[in-house]
Amino acid sequence: MSSVLYDTPGPRAKRRNVLLSVVFTVLLALLLWWVWQKMDDKNQLEWALWEPFTTSEAWTTYLLPGLANTLKAAAISMVIALPLGAVFGIARLSDHRWVRGVASTVVEFFRSIPVLLLMLFANELYVRSTDISSEQRPLYAVVTGLVLYNASVLAEIVRAGILSLPKGQTEAAYAVGLRKGQTMSSILLPQAVTAMLPAIVSQLVVIVKDTALGGVMLGFTELLNSRSTLAANYANVIPSFIVVAIIFIVVNFILTSFASWLEVRLRRSKKGTGAVLSEDMVEMNPGAVGGTYGTGAGGSI
Amino acid sequence: MFDFLEGYDVLGAFWMTVKLTALSALGSLVWGTLLAAMRVSPVPLMRVFGTAYVNIVRNIPLTVIIIFTSLGLADIFGVTMGASDDFKVQGFRLAVLGFIVYTAAFVCEAIRSGINTVPLGQAEAARAIGLNFSQTLRLIVLPQAFRSVIGPLANVLIALTKNTTVAAAIGVAEAAYLMKTMIENEAQTLLIGAVFAFGFVVLTLPMGLILGWLSKRLAVKR
Repeated sequence: MSSVLYDTPGPRAKRRNVLLSVVFTVLLALLLWWVWQKMDDKNQLEWALWEPFTTSEAWTTYLLPGLANTLKAAAISMVIALPLGAVFGIARLSDHRWVRGVASTVVEFFRSIPVLLLMLFANELYVRSTDISSEQRPLYAVVTGLVLYNASVLAEIVRAGILSLPKGQTEAAYAVGLRKGQTMSSILLPQAVTAMLPAIVSQLVVIVKDTALGGVMLGFTELLNSRSTLAANYANVIPSFIVVAIIFIVVNFILTSFASWLEVRLRRSKKGTGAVLSEDMVEMNPGAVGGTYGTGAGGSI
Repeated sequence: MFDFLEGYDVLGAFWMTVKLTALSALGSLVWGTLLAAMRVSPVPLMRVFGTAYVNIVRNIPLTVIIIFTSLGLADIFGVTMGASDDFKVQGFRLAVLGFIVYTAAFVCEAIRSGINTVPLGQAEAARAIGLNFSQTLRLIVLPQAFRSVIGPLANVLIALTKNTTVAAAIGVAEAAYLMKTMIENEAQTLLIGAVFAFGFVVLTLPMGLILGWLSKRLAVKR
């Protein structure tokens, strides 16, 4: 196969590739063997440490409730952040300069602040000025932080989604006599929503990952937090980390695959304009979709 | 009005954030470039390794990685990063290690996407006029790839700056850690929040503006 970097390999290049493969395999095997030895040295391979994960107790008492809380916080955040993001995204496209200005300032401000700061701040605010019970408070604080941050990231996605539509759509809508609001609600938004579905699903991965912050810093009993209770009970720090990491990988991998599948499907479909915001287009290449390199770029990381 | 700042080293905390960002950025640039080289190499096994690394690391929360460096690497495996007696230095170095491992996956993707923007015809034309592999790479492909990679890399850098707050989870005394202490002990919740928010705006705004301007200026017109 020819690529931009190298031609289809000939006999000499083939031999060199085989040699490189062998060297790389040996290096990789050495690395794995070294890790295995280190694990063995510290007795981390003993079956007693891994055995709890084969019992239902570890799952029903710790891991599954933790995972449920992670998904719950992520789902609530997404459900609240999406409409909020849509409002701000549309406001940034307004014809009125002051609406645009206010929306831009709010969005850029919240995108530039780390989500952890927002969570800590929300938590303290709830402690001082509300009577939310201390069991419920971490969830509220985590969701508040995630909503503020992700609504502003979603606002950019919505804006990029609308801008990605061909100009003819708006022009045709005006030509048949629709008002600005009607054009937005019945022509642009429905098409933009399909175009940005993959990007929205990808943002869900970021939200799921960020819930772990609340587990450590605010004591929200999500998956990572349940891991420490579990490890305290069975004294298996390393195995518990590995299992929790695998759970996160599986959940996020499913979401990422779903996003890619959606993207391919939408690109293929004959209906609509064929405009699709890929998973990372908004963040990786804002220039291409008329976005900005603002303070808060990199929302997908 | 700002007398609540007395007794707290806010500038020192932000300096810690800057140090974390700078070191992690350097490290992840090196490791990420290596990974990207693997992902586009003609050796299938290297490609598999690069792809697997990126897909695994990208899907693990950064918090899990950072906590693991402390509770797993340091406590169980005795990885002290050459600072076994100084808990603060050890935490700092472990955090940098964690950030490098995580951010490199995104650097790799940014660089790969940059290489992918160079049209196949460019390399084919270079080979057609008789340039060899290293000349093609040095004179034709990489100069174009680097220019289109600035924007994506700027995004990664800004995200990294914000992500360094996660180091607070293992007790590194950076901005978020100080904010947590201050916000719990002082009465002016709103003002403290505003001060730290302002600090991050000051850190990320110039980065975004300068690098965004640069990437637009250097973009290859096609």
